[in-house]
Amino acid sequence: MVNTKINLCGIEIDNPIIPASGTFGFGYEFAEIYDINKLGTFSFKGTTKDPRFGNPTPRIAETPMGMLNSVGLQNPGVDKVIAEELPKLAKVFNKPVMANVSGFAIDDYAYTCEKLDKEDQVGWIEVNISCPNVHGGGMSFGTDAKNAAAVTKAVKAVTTKPIIIKLTPNVTNISEIAKAVESEGADGVSLINTLSGMRISLTKKQPILKNVTGGLSGPAVFPVALRCVWQVYDAVKIPIVGMGGVSSAEDAIEMMLAGATAIEVGAANLVDPYACEKIIDSFEQVMAKYHINSLEEIIGGAH
Amino acid sequence: MLNMKNTVFELITNKKIAKNTYESVLRGDVSDIKCGQFVNIKIDGFYLRRPISVCNIENDELTIIYKVVGEGTKVMAEMQSGTKLDVLTGLGNGYDLSKSGATPLLVGGGAGVPPMYLLCRELVKMGKTPSVILGFGSKDEIFYEEEFSKLGAKVYVTTVDGSYGTKGFVTDAFDKVDYTYFYTCGPEPMLKAVYDKSVTGGEFSFEERMGCGFGACMGCSCKTKYGNKRICKDGPVLVKEEIIW
Repeated sequence: MVNTKINLCGIEIDNPIIPASGTFGFGYEFAEIYDINKLGTFSFKGTTKDPRFGNPTPRIAETPMGMLNSVGLQNPGVDKVIAEELPKLAKVFNKPVMANVSGFAIDDYAYTCEKLDKEDQVGWIEVNISCPNVHGGGMSFGTDAKNAAAVTKAVKAVTTKPIIIKLTPNVTNISEIAKAVESEGADGVSLINTLSGMRISLTKKQPILKNVTGGLSGPAVFPVALRCVWQVYDAVKIPIVGMGGVSSAEDAIEMMLAGATAIEVGAANLVDPYACEKIIDSFEQVMAKYHINSLEEIIGGAH
Repeated sequence: MLNMKNTVFELITNKKIAKNTYESVLRGDVSDIKCGQFVNIKIDGFYLRRPISVCNIENDELTIIYKVVGEGTKVMAEMQSGTKLDVLTGLGNGYDLSKSGATPLLVGGGAGVPPMYLLCRELVKMGKTPSVILGFGSKDEIFYEEEFSKLGAKVYVTTVDGSYGTKGFVTDAFDKVDYTYFYTCGPEPMLKAVYDKSVTGGEFSFEERMGCGFGACMGCSCKTKYGNKRICKDGPVLVKEEIIW
């Protein structure tokens, strides 16, 4: 019997697999197709202070071994998330959930985090300072070490639960940002958010995405994500939640060897709704094949 | 996602039936597939699945009709019999047949024609007398005129260039028909024209670029009078009174 348990910022979870925000809604719809309590946890749909429809469509484009999205943080707003979405989730999920928060000003982040921090169901708060699809917020906080630190400080001041800051790869030096948020008390970092990209339709001779650019995810970004996790592991002491193109138990283990404590799975859920369940079910066999007894023991093992 | 199933289908036949238009018959688990729903097919070499409307289900066979519009459908057109395909079925809400009345009108344009076929079959089975308007660009794009006639429906064909049937758009054939309710699928400008021309309630099947096809990614959201909806999960069928153009 292999051991897949890991400790993420003081909370032990059964396995490191976490569906990434924006690919799993608020979870309860996936509970109709498999028991989502098999998951380590999941990161719910990016939540903002006010409701948002997001960007105009088309907001999806295919790419070689991946996809672009420019959804733009569609969500019902934090009050409705607490009043309507979390109660629905409580009926089908008995583990702590990872809240995911985005904002357009430092006060927005603090406001939304403070509200979600009071919810018993919430185990961790993942703070997205790296959304490439919104203007005047999101990624602009994540590309500047001082802004990233300021968001972290503001959020830490009004919360009690572990704060995980979600970082963008669209920077020259991701380690610098990771160090900045660690210095302001971040309990963990998660990376990578999507890479900024675009596609153009040859028939229409126009960008496919109405928003022109979008965020690239899927297996195409896996090597970039792995490199970022590797670099950040060398730079900080707080746990890293690794993500970016993970589609199999092998990918997850590779990313843990680079330094990730837990793994988020994003685009893979959209192509195969059972992706996370399959990864979790295959750990036993894949770990045996590579002579791994405990996943916790391999974190950063390749350094 | 309650009715969603992920199963393997075997390609039985794959043939060209009109200009750039192919009909595939797939064998597999077709249980719980509803009229007006779509399937999402994994194609080798492409990351995202291809959402395609259900044209017919008979015994354990699923018929789909698709137009070659990009690289993915080009590969599909070349697939050989015996190919195994990973398919998600039971996606989308489907049409509400209970509202049809005695003489429903079915309006399909181009790649929007296929879902009208199963709908027409089901309505005939229920004892209804459907009329069908099929719109195409030109004569060489026409398919399934005879198939609809064989179901017992009165069929009107329109072509934009006038090379066959009534010259013009599907709405140019509306005056020939008395109807109690309508169902339509086709390109958005056609749907809008049907919306403006129609005199009864009806249902519209929409198309949008999708990520997942089962409601997870919010890639295909639209605004309606009843709130935000996902074309893939809360649609693709929207009722007339909720649509915001």
